[in-house]
Amino acid sequence: MATRSSIYGLMAEFDDPAALVTAAQRARQDGYSCMDGYAPYPIEELHHALGSPTTRLPLVVLIGGLLGCGGGYAMQYWMSAVAYPLNIGGKPLHSWPAFIPVTFECTILAAALSAVLGMLALNGLPQPYHPVFNVPRFALASRNRFFLCIEAADPKFDLEQTRRFLETLNPREVSTVAD
Amino acid sequence: MVINETADVAIPELAGVQRRAFAVGAVAALVSAIGLFVNVDQFLQSYLMAFMWCLGVTLGCLALGMVHQLSGGAWGVVLRRPIGAAARVLPVMTALFLPIVVGARHLYIWTHADVVAADEALQHKQLYLNTPFWIVRAILYFAVWNALSYVLNRWSAEQDRTADPRIARKMQLVSAGGLVAYGVTITFASFDWLMSLEPRWYSTIYGVLVMGGQGLSALAFLIVTIVWLSRRAPLDRIIVASHFHDVGNLMLAFVMLWAYFSFSQYLIIWAGNLPAEIAWYQHRLQTGWRAVGVALVLFHFAVPFVLLLSRVIKRTPDLLVKVALGVLFVRLIDLFWLIAPEFHMQGLAISWLDVALPIALAAVWLGCFVRQLRGRAILPVHDPQFDEALGRIIERGAPPRTRTSEP
Repeated sequence: MATRSSIYGLMAEFDDPAALVTAAQRARQDGYSCMDGYAPYPIEELHHALGSPTTRLPLVVLIGGLLGCGGGYAMQYWMSAVAYPLNIGGKPLHSWPAFIPVTFECTILAAALSAVLGMLALNGLPQPYHPVFNVPRFALASRNRFFLCIEAADPKFDLEQTRRFLETLNPREVSTVAD
Repeated sequence: MVINETADVAIPELAGVQRRAFAVGAVAALVSAIGLFVNVDQFLQSYLMAFMWCLGVTLGCLALGMVHQLSGGAWGVVLRRPIGAAARVLPVMTALFLPIVVGARHLYIWTHADVVAADEALQHKQLYLNTPFWIVRAILYFAVWNALSYVLNRWSAEQDRTADPRIARKMQLVSAGGLVAYGVTITFASFDWLMSLEPRWYSTIYGVLVMGGQGLSALAFLIVTIVWLSRRAPLDRIIVASHFHDVGNLMLAFVMLWAYFSFSQYLIIWAGNLPAEIAWYQHRLQTGWRAVGVALVLFHFAVPFVLLLSRVIKRTPDLLVKVALGVLFVRLIDLFWLIAPEFHMQGLAISWLDVALPIALAAVWLGCFVRQLRGRAILPVHDPQFDEALGRIIERGAPPRTRTSEP
């Protein structure tokens, strides 16, 4: 028998997406917050039912974009006015209109890179190991089954009580997820 | 109550809005008419600006409607009826163009034989820039726009009545050709009516600049309309935050598009630095008009851009409508920037007619729009995308679509 510390959580298996969404809602009403739902395809309602946590990704993208904007402009200023001053059509060395297109492109580039890298950093991907795969039946999550896993990290988690709670949701099966 | 009742029955407040709009329009038009006797030139300059402002919403709606026929999307299903009603104001806009034809001599210096005789460049342009051909072209533009609006609106009404699925396909085909026709006609119309105010100057991006502005005007107006409608039955249970989010994103895209076109024009002319091209900016940037230019950069681009980045603002109708009203107002300022400096090259000059005439035309336009909106159901209940766009609306407590609903 696994000890308490080596348990990742408890996982309930459902036949259809509606049951999973209802289960997630019930679990949240019951006070659980550390949990996740697994389905073969995206379910918009599930996102709401799980109480989607606010993400810091927009802030990361904004900071990335602003850095790209300032960096792009500064790079051009340094190149055109400091490192290699060149008289083009009699215009001032620091000609801001000419710098705008590249500044814009740098903003988009840095914002897009921050979005991709920030997303990976915040969601922890790529992740070669995840405890939920210790449950053999979890392979069905990519076919036709729907899973709700309440994690042991949840303050309200209790192996016996949480199992009893999950049983009330009419799952096909409740399995213990080893860490 | 059912959704396919006419808006007149479903939303009784519309009658009052129409009455008030026409009342304001009549008063403002009477006051503006004084300007006709005081200063005809100024009257026509302000009239052209006010006319292009209202035409922008009308044609922008027609074009967005055609875009939606081709692209699909929930945003357009919710907006279909306001879009159609705005496009049906086109016959009135056609009639309102007549003062510009009659007063062309007060607006366009290329209509003066003595000016043309003294300028070799204008003599070469006379093959295109002459009054008869200019009038023929205007007739052609309005014919194309009216025909598109008429055909699409008629089929949309037929779709409501018969629920014939083949009609959607027909509307798609007409919209594909119609968008090309709109692109060509509005490009030449903007050359004829706005760019030729300074006939020696030219900018090839001018047409799409005006086109992008019309799309933006139309979106801002449509947002104001659906926010108003979403506060009343039956749309209060149908329009949800995601619809506002979509149109908010579209408005953000058009704000950026306008900024892109405007800046491209400036950058190319600034980089080329040719005497014939920079004159247009010299009148504007080396005089008091510069303040208007700076205001446009701030309030036509920077402020709405930053505000519309926010997800919260796009999903909160009360905040989104404020941004949209602001955008509608700066659209007028942008037209002021395109038109007024041509007649007041020495510096910034605002006439009381620049205020009175936009109010008059916009109020009359709004009255006509509401009158058109009242005549049909507020949603296209037999649009093939209806269910997908609006979801299970009955579960949100909305009334049924039709009285004789299918089993």
